Amino acid sequence: MEHLLQVENLVIGFRTAKGTSQAVRDVSFSLEEGETLCIVGESGSGKSITSLSLLGLLPENGDIAKGSIRFKGEELVGKKEEALRKLRGNKISMIFQEPMTALNPVFTIGYQLQEPLIIHQNLSKQEARKRSMALLAEVGIPNPKEKLDQYPHELSGGMRQRVMIAMALACEPSLLIADEPTTALDVTIQAQILDLIDDLKEQLGMGVVFVTHDMGVVAEIADKVMVMYAGEVVETGDVKTIFEDPQHPYTKGLLAAVPNVDDETQELSIIPGSMPSVDDEIEGCRFHPRCPFAMDICKQKKPPVMNVSENHSSRCWLQEVNNHDKSTVTS
Amino acid sequence: MSAEVVLGKKAVAEKKDGFFIQTFKKLLKNKLAVFGLVIISLQIILAIFAPFLVSYGPNEQNLALTNQGVGTEGHILGTDNYGRDMWSRIVYGARISLVVGISTVAIGLVGGITLGLLAGYFKKLDNIIMRFMDLLFAFPGILLAMLIIATLGTSLVNVVIAISIWSIPGFARIVRGSVLSIKKQEYILAMRSIGASNTRILLKHILPNCTAPIIVNATMRMGTAILSTASLSFLGLGAQPPTPEWGAMIAAGQDFMWDAPHIAIIPGVAIMLTIFAFNVVGDGLRDALDPNMDIQA
Repeated sequence: MEHLLQVENLVIGFRTAKGTSQAVRDVSFSLEEGETLCIVGESGSGKSITSLSLLGLLPENGDIAKGSIRFKGEELVGKKEEALRKLRGNKISMIFQEPMTALNPVFTIGYQLQEPLIIHQNLSKQEARKRSMALLAEVGIPNPKEKLDQYPHELSGGMRQRVMIAMALACEPSLLIADEPTTALDVTIQAQILDLIDDLKEQLGMGVVFVTHDMGVVAEIADKVMVMYAGEVVETGDVKTIFEDPQHPYTKGLLAAVPNVDDETQELSIIPGSMPSVDDEIEGCRFHPRCPFAMDICKQKKPPVMNVSENHSSRCWLQEVNNHDKSTVTS
Repeated sequence: MSAEVVLGKKAVAEKKDGFFIQTFKKLLKNKLAVFGLVIISLQIILAIFAPFLVSYGPNEQNLALTNQGVGTEGHILGTDNYGRDMWSRIVYGARISLVVGISTVAIGLVGGITLGLLAGYFKKLDNIIMRFMDLLFAFPGILLAMLIIATLGTSLVNVVIAISIWSIPGFARIVRGSVLSIKKQEYILAMRSIGASNTRILLKHILPNCTAPIIVNATMRMGTAILSTASLSFLGLGAQPPTPEWGAMIAAGQDFMWDAPHIAIIPGVAIMLTIFAFNVVGDGLRDALDPNMDIQA
């Protein structure tokens, strides 16, 4: 079966003064139409870089060293800039973290909203204006006509993020990449924006890659979850399994670190230590220095991706121990 | 209701002033800049309506009435050593200064903006272009201009070419600097993410963000260009006599400093006022275009 998006063994390297450092190590995942995949991880885990690479928008010193990204069966790695440009904003769109800086301050909302329409659909200025008015209404902006002639600084953060969404969806893409679109917004607006993205996903039947570090957001929006740590995928599974039966110690740590408002006596749990830098080569499992369950083998050998069940996998030696226990019990 | 639909766009435009009107309003609060604007406007009016403002041609000699001082009947600013009307020569000189100033700045802008945009946006071109600009920078301006004129021959057109070439690196540097900071902004990434081409991003999204420093520098550069033209003409490399160019007029008047000082002093004052005007307007614009000024004031 052809996936909407299939990423296989993606490796992304950055050329720095010190040499090449790997920001994304051997990442694979797939996404179907109408499905939401959440990429979860701390800052520096490579989740944003992974999402940028899908559009070929890596920074100047970043390269896809290995792997393949297939969109509807079409290979995107190594594709010419010109061909990628035709996909961007048209078939694959992106929304960004900071609605405050993602809109050009010197142009009106209408001017910027019309850009994708003029670029990809060759609409005339009047048609584009009409269409962008409809788009603004679609993303729930009151008085769209008035808003078209306003500048970004005249709108609130939530409104600007809606404008960004309208811009991304102008050409009705089949894949939407959202890089922490709610992080900079307050909670009520966050919920509204999540609902909006979810509604539009249903309407357009898009696949959504949603990058976040907020487990609350994941619970709200995800179908599938991919947890990343230091450039690697440590656990994947559907949202229910990840929340109910997390296998990897890092995922468990992340879930335990979500504060519970109802429990006043709760001490906020933390994962001790901090994310290793992309340059650090760590022998064995990349998480073992911070892992409460680290065993000897974790320090020596890198764990392979192990299947917990169908559609649920974890990159952890504990998995083998579990399997071993099970097999000894049965024998 | 229907009127509102028709006027939709206009109504909004009336409600808030555009960028330029806003800047202009801020500029008008600065008294010195207003003074400069008045002088520049006067100069523009003189230059455009020159033939209607004078009773004698700029090169019309009257050997019976030479070296007359300021206030002589029929010659408000007196006459020079050939009996030419000083007022007429100053007015026609304003024409030359403005034309030279505007054309050098225009050529310098086109060259500087193009090179600056390319150098700032494409990393590969950056070193090639900017090192060449550094090379041009390394020459003292007047020396570079003299070198170019020495090769091309003395004429006002060659002065324009020389000063334009000398203006390019300054603009290129400013534009490159702005491009470097603007291209890192998220809205440029956002534009790339919707499939905008490099050309489109550079011209439609980056360039308009650089206008403020460009406007300020172009204004200041006008003053410098006019001064350089006058200097070159004073040295005999630019406008040749009898062209009523201010620098050339000073050069011609220096022989009569004792008997008729006004021949050299009047064009000198004209140059001084012009440069002063462009500089204070440039300063005023810089303050008016700086968004932080509102908070501090």
